[in-house]
Amino acid sequence: MALCHFYLSQMAASSERSPPPFPDSEEPELLEDSDEEADAFTGTSISEMDSPSPDSTRPPKDIFNEPPEDIFSDPLSNINSEPQKKVDAKIPSPSSDEAVDLFSDPLDDDSEVMSSPEVQNPMPDLLNEPVEAPKSDVLGEPPVHRNAARHQDVFEDPPKSSSKSSSVKKAASAEMFGDDDDEEDLFKEPPKVVTKKPQPSGPPVDVFTEVKSDVKVKPQVKDDPTDLFAEEALTAPAPKPSSGSSSSRTNGVHSEEQDLFSEATVELSLDSPCNDRKNKEAVKPSVSAPAAPVASSSSKAPSKSLEELEEEESEDKFDLNISITNPEKVGDGMNAYMAYKVSTQTSLTMFRSKTFTVRRRFSDFLGLFEKLSEKHSQNGYLIPPPPEKSILGMTKVKVGKEDPSSAEFVERRRAALERYLQRVVSHPSLLQDPDVREFLEKEELPRAVSTQALSGAGFLKMLNKATDAVSKMTIKMNEQDVWFDEKIQDVENEEQHLRKLHVMVESLVNHRKELSGNTAVFAKSVAMLGSSEDNTALSRALSQLAEVEDRIEQLHQEQASNDFFTFSELLADYIRLLGAVRGCFDQRMKAWQRWQDAENMLQKKREAEAKLLWANKPDKLQQAKDEITEWEAKVTQYEREFERISATVRKEVIRFDKEKARDFNRQVIKYLESLLHSQQQLIKYWDAFLPEAKAIV
Amino acid sequence: MTSISEDSDKEKVRSVSVDLNNDASLVIDIPDALCERDKVKFTVHTKTTLSSFQKPEFSVPRQHEEFIWLHDTIVETEEYAGLIIPPAPPKPDFEGPREKMHKLGEGESSMTKEEYAKMKQELEAEYLAVFKKTVQVHEVFLQRLSSHPIFRKDRNFQIFLEYDQDLSVRRKNAKEMFGGFFKNMVKSADEVLISGVKEVDEFFEQEKTFLLDYSSKIKDASAKAEKMTRSHKNVADDYNHISGALNSTAADNNTAFKKTISVCVLQKLEDRVASDQELKLTELLRYYTRDIQAAKDLLYRRARALADNENSNKALDKARLKGKDIAQAEENQKQCLQKFDKLSESGKKELTSFKARRVVAFRKNLIEMTELEIKHAKVRRLKQKCQKSNLKKIDPGPQNQS
Repeated sequence: MALCHFYLSQMAASSERSPPPFPDSEEPELLEDSDEEADAFTGTSISEMDSPSPDSTRPPKDIFNEPPEDIFSDPLSNINSEPQKKVDAKIPSPSSDEAVDLFSDPLDDDSEVMSSPEVQNPMPDLLNEPVEAPKSDVLGEPPVHRNAARHQDVFEDPPKSSSKSSSVKKAASAEMFGDDDDEEDLFKEPPKVVTKKPQPSGPPVDVFTEVKSDVKVKPQVKDDPTDLFAEEALTAPAPKPSSGSSSSRTNGVHSEEQDLFSEATVELSLDSPCNDRKNKEAVKPSVSAPAAPVASSSSKAPSKSLEELEEEESEDKFDLNISITNPEKVGDGMNAYMAYKVSTQTSLTMFRSKTFTVRRRFSDFLGLFEKLSEKHSQNGYLIPPPPEKSILGMTKVKVGKEDPSSAEFVERRRAALERYLQRVVSHPSLLQDPDVREFLEKEELPRAVSTQALSGAGFLKMLNKATDAVSKMTIKMNEQDVWFDEKIQDVENEEQHLRKLHVMVESLVNHRKELSGNTAVFAKSVAMLGSSEDNTALSRALSQLAEVEDRIEQLHQEQASNDFFTFSELLADYIRLLGAVRGCFDQRMKAWQRWQDAENMLQKKREAEAKLLWANKPDKLQQAKDEITEWEAKVTQYEREFERISATVRKEVIRFDKEKARDFNRQVIKYLESLLHSQQQLIKYWDAFLPEAKAIV
Repeated sequence: MTSISEDSDKEKVRSVSVDLNNDASLVIDIPDALCERDKVKFTVHTKTTLSSFQKPEFSVPRQHEEFIWLHDTIVETEEYAGLIIPPAPPKPDFEGPREKMHKLGEGESSMTKEEYAKMKQELEAEYLAVFKKTVQVHEVFLQRLSSHPIFRKDRNFQIFLEYDQDLSVRRKNAKEMFGGFFKNMVKSADEVLISGVKEVDEFFEQEKTFLLDYSSKIKDASAKAEKMTRSHKNVADDYNHISGALNSTAADNNTAFKKTISVCVLQKLEDRVASDQELKLTELLRYYTRDIQAAKDLLYRRARALADNENSNKALDKARLKGKDIAQAEENQKQCLQKFDKLSESGKKELTSFKARRVVAFRKNLIEMTELEIKHAKVRRLKQKCQKSNLKKIDPGPQNQS
């Protein structure tokens, strides 16, 4: 919900600032909207019984999606004017209510048809979907002064009217919808062709911004919208997304909304290629919408195939460079600590400026991780783990003056922290976290839970992990998803392999250092031998050899540090990350367990009810029934949660695999380059030595 | 247990080159060797045109102990005091690889079949390398004897080459071992004693200081080179292990980075580099450490003779003073002087040729080592370039478009 807050402020900011500078950044949101509208329609057709001819609504919808070709050219201009009218229009409260329902339904009813608990409380949805708030207005506005029934008509009518060409207004609104679809098409195609080019769609932006700002400002906006905002405001400060969701709503749905939401935010604030990704993502479902409007668009989120996910992930690009430099010892003695300069360079508008630096200490990094994992790990997000605490290393730094080993330690930690932060910000959802932003931007960070306390927490965490491990052993999860089954196995295998590999690379590093040391000693020894050699040419050759060996020693040393920083640390990172991946799987399993527990509980309650029925105790029967309803709701909720977390984990793991492959490839190439450089140098050195050796007479 | 046949490329990898006169009249090589437990039986093959041998070509089986016997008899021969006696070959040492082999056998259950096979193969290669080296040092010892105008005529040497039965030399028993140790003690004490004797010949004076200095330096360098090659071998071992681990990681993985992993498997060239370095550099230094010791021994013998000579001079003076046993003392003095002169003369020759031999050997080995280093580096560079381009071809999903 903090996101919510952020989003709003962003929205306000971007709409208040002149919209043109962010032309393409606005569109995706519209896309998102139109997308939702598609859902809304399908939702309507299924749920709204008072719609005059539910069947007849479908064909028009097809028309809906077809018109784009006709409307393609002019609607843009239409849209320019239409929205204004619409915005001016008052929103009848029922209509917006309907709209709310419309939105919530399709989301909830991904697979099932309308189970009651979700419909009961549509408001929270809206709260969680501020993106939709303006849109609901857009939808609700055209049918000015209409009641709920009329309002539905709007949804169904326009298509008809567009085909029948009845009232101008309706036509207009139909065009509006058409436009929306149209825009989808627009985005659907252009982004693929010209990915970076700002889309030539100023008008939609106008629509949107104006709608938004109007909604915000307009006094005549009716109760409901204001309520929406009020409640948004209420929920906004709540930092935990899950806590903001109402009880009857499932967490899972919620997090999806959050997703949508964060995407929307990104779209708003980014003018980087990231948009293209979002565009595509947003467009995807709508691509399928025309074909099978009802089914596919209503199950939008889950219908995202793996490939789509992959495609989406592969295009991650954040214009955000983070570097950590200047480690500096602050303080003296045991209270000393290292402070690192965290510099950020970005064009993301979510940050106040383009470049900024802050000073952070190690515990701040740990604190960030704690905060992030507290908030996001239960949703199945993969939180990149920070480097481990090293009491030994740090003590050395604290005590030692200018020890090379402590310098190495600091450098190692600096590099690890840098990689850690880069991983955090390259995660699209984590980047949106206010704590991340705060960490990067805020001058003074509240002192993260003191290091000692953190070690204590670490101990607790260890305890937790131990109990988790026990419960993991006791929980026999009946894995139905083959993908997960294989993946869990794979991850475990891979971790083992990497651990093995890491040990070997560590030993390579040590041996290479040893080799470097021995080469240095040998070089000295050869130099001495050369000095006592009485054959001048041989003596010369020997001292040359000593020089060559000296250089080779340097080479070995460089190579050893390359072994370490590019290869060994990469493995260490991924061992940690694989641990985090396993953590994600565990979270999923926990969700599953919760669901199963609820299922069992429900079973028990049902049995109790049956007993009561049999015992003929009507007084307690009602209570039992209530309990059953309560637990039924819980079961559905937990099940949905589980599905949600499964989807998230899956997405995260796919993302992780991609990233890993890319990372390894990059690093291994880098490593090979270092090896190549070594060989190159070796050749150079020996080539230079060869004539010397030949000159011996 | 293991039998190797020296192949044609032996010449290329000969560990220590001594400047051997390519005299076709007596050619000795060890084409084959057999290792049984801790005994190594070398087949010593001789081809000759010398009439002192019964047949123009023959082979005999010889053990390391027999080589040592030959060396010892030569050292003990008074006539050869003025010569640099080729250093005896070091005792074959297969402990390292053998121990590893043993460990491998113990750990067999904990590894996969491929891993085991691979490790075994590596160990066998290592074993073979040690084996070859051992054969070569023995061969070189014989070749140096055969190429020396005096040693080649040595009776014992000829027996060693020709007698096709066991020479029935036994290992030194404890007493002899102790005796040898004691002799060494006496020798070093004696060395100190006679160091006070004034050197009459500038050449030897110089040579002595040079050799003393050089010997300590080369000993040091040899030890350091040994250390260096050992750690280089460790690195090579790590490479092998890593590539093994990478292979198994790739085999067990089906995500996108399988390709990356399987491409980046490190090449095994590193152990070739290490073993070539060892062969060319470390062995050279090691050999000359021993050879210089031999030269020092010559100097010692000469110094001893010099001291004897002086003593006999003194004795003669004394005898003359007393007028007693003059003839005997004169005889003694004459003998000593003669011996010393002879020693000096041959020693001078030997040392000069030793110097030339050393320079040539260093040159040859250094050139060979450098060439090998360059060759290996180039091969590695090529492979790495290849890997790199392969890696670049693997596109783990579209990279960022920017």
